Amino acid sequence: MLGNKSVATRDSYGNALAELAKEHDDLIVLDADLAAATKTAIFKKTFPKRHIDCGIAEANMAGIAAGMATCGYVPFMSSFAMFAAGRAFEQVRNSIGYPHLNVKIGATHAGISVGEDGATHQCCEDLALMREIPGMVVINPCDDVEARAAVKAAYEYIGPVYLRFGRLALPVINEEADYRFEIGKGVLLKEGRDVSIIATGLCVSESLEASKMLAEDGIDAEVINIHTIKPLDEEMVTATASKTRRVFTVEEHSVIGGLGSAVAEVLSGKCPVRLTRIGVQDQFGESGPARELIHKYGLDAEGIYKQIKAGI
Amino acid sequence: MNKSELQKKAVEVRKGILTGVYHAKSGHPGGSLSAADIYTYLYFEEMNIDPSHPEDPDRDRFVLSKGHTAPGYYSALALRGFFPTEDLKTLRHTGSYLQGHPDRKHIPGVDMSSGSLGQGFSAAAGMALAAKMQGREYRTYCLCGDGELQEGQIWEAAMFAGHRRLDNLCLIVDNNNLQIDGTVEEICSPYPIDEKFKAFNFYVITINGNDFDEIRKAFDEARQHKGQPAAIIASTVKGKGISFMENKVGWHGKAPNDEEYRLAMEELGEEAAKLC
Repeated sequence: MLGNKSVATRDSYGNALAELAKEHDDLIVLDADLAAATKTAIFKKTFPKRHIDCGIAEANMAGIAAGMATCGYVPFMSSFAMFAAGRAFEQVRNSIGYPHLNVKIGATHAGISVGEDGATHQCCEDLALMREIPGMVVINPCDDVEARAAVKAAYEYIGPVYLRFGRLALPVINEEADYRFEIGKGVLLKEGRDVSIIATGLCVSESLEASKMLAEDGIDAEVINIHTIKPLDEEMVTATASKTRRVFTVEEHSVIGGLGSAVAEVLSGKCPVRLTRIGVQDQFGESGPARELIHKYGLDAEGIYKQIKAGI
Repeated sequence: MNKSELQKKAVEVRKGILTGVYHAKSGHPGGSLSAADIYTYLYFEEMNIDPSHPEDPDRDRFVLSKGHTAPGYYSALALRGFFPTEDLKTLRHTGSYLQGHPDRKHIPGVDMSSGSLGQGFSAAAGMALAAKMQGREYRTYCLCGDGELQEGQIWEAAMFAGHRRLDNLCLIVDNNNLQIDGTVEEICSPYPIDEKFKAFNFYVITINGNDFDEIRKAFDEARQHKGQPAAIIASTVKGKGISFMENKVGWHGKAPNDEEYRLAMEELGEEAAKLC
């Protein structure tokens, strides 16, 4: 592991909300009976009057958030990705996206790293769903530093933002002191000549590890962290593709509709090179310890390394 | 406005509905006409609004949860001065700001985009909660259909509003008893509507929603009642005011042809003359 400590980005979400709320009276948090799990309970402890538990009713929560946004509040509506982006999709689309309201959707427990709860709770389709909504910003941070910065950036941005967080503790790879987050800007983590690895979220640190394994085999991989799936940093994606001519995308999400698709859409038009989309294939997840699942689905450093080796 | 003035205004609102739908060659006259008296009362008597300040943070809010009856909503807004009545003829036209369903981004006076049934009531509850949290005095009104009560989200929002005792929130159910595929009883009965809302901790008032005396009494009572949100169950006639449209399922989502438009406007003209 790269960092000295590991933090789940859902904890970053709760901590960032509590921190931001000290300066901003208009920040409110909505939850759907999952405050302990989404970590909005951290916020609730300090700001109980600004924490609105809507009960187990995500569709209504989306509408409540929309209505409150029209009255000047900046609501962070929180639930698991499955329910925020999945169950409430049409509410997010029509009540938040269409009127372009200033609602932030904090979606935790994304991807297969949910672990033992299994497929019904492992949302691997949220990036695809949220990316489809016109005007929606879609962010998938890779560690604690980036996640907290993303929450702040989402607050400062005016308009709907989807924030994707995970349950599993991830190594902290960014340095707080010199980290700058900008919506829509990719982060070049390692320069390389032979292949490009474009990763997001949980798969960023794993991809960095994979690049070290590739280096031992004499393969010089460029590693890019795409924290903003939409708007995508097309310039950086095109630049790395034209440099290495061989691109691999890596995400803890279905290979249909997420980062891989977004990159394919750009490259097919601007720089058609061979692209391999590493991620969850067209399948549901399953129960098991998160780390074991990440390994089984080929999304740990070893799995990424093997798929890149096989693809070159 | 007194009753007679309201009745005259309601005829104007109905003319606006017919004009909009006729020029659009599509749209929803039936449910717009059933709620025309409610729109009229809200915009000309009940609500604290100012067309010259449509964004005033202290204004009363209105959410049309049954967004397909936008022709009635737009007609009332135009007559109240939010935009020119002439623009009603551009309803549903390419490039017009008068979208088929309410669009808050482009239409002055529209507080929430709506149209996907069941969603507007949640947004209205959010506005009411915002008022409570901000210490503002404004009230939030929401109009939904009786068929719309089949949407589960209505009851999520009702549970939320009842639980939080949002007494600054007033839901009006346009109970015209008809939905696209038939009567609401035939399709999936929401009855008893009053008992359901009572069970969700609402203060329920049942009225004839096409009678201004009863409408006035209901809104006064709803405003004065504290500690619970209000639900006005307004029994109405779908297509109200146009004899050949009344209680006809077929007029839910159909525009009148030239002859039908002429007859409808003639009937409304006669009604207006009677009220003078």
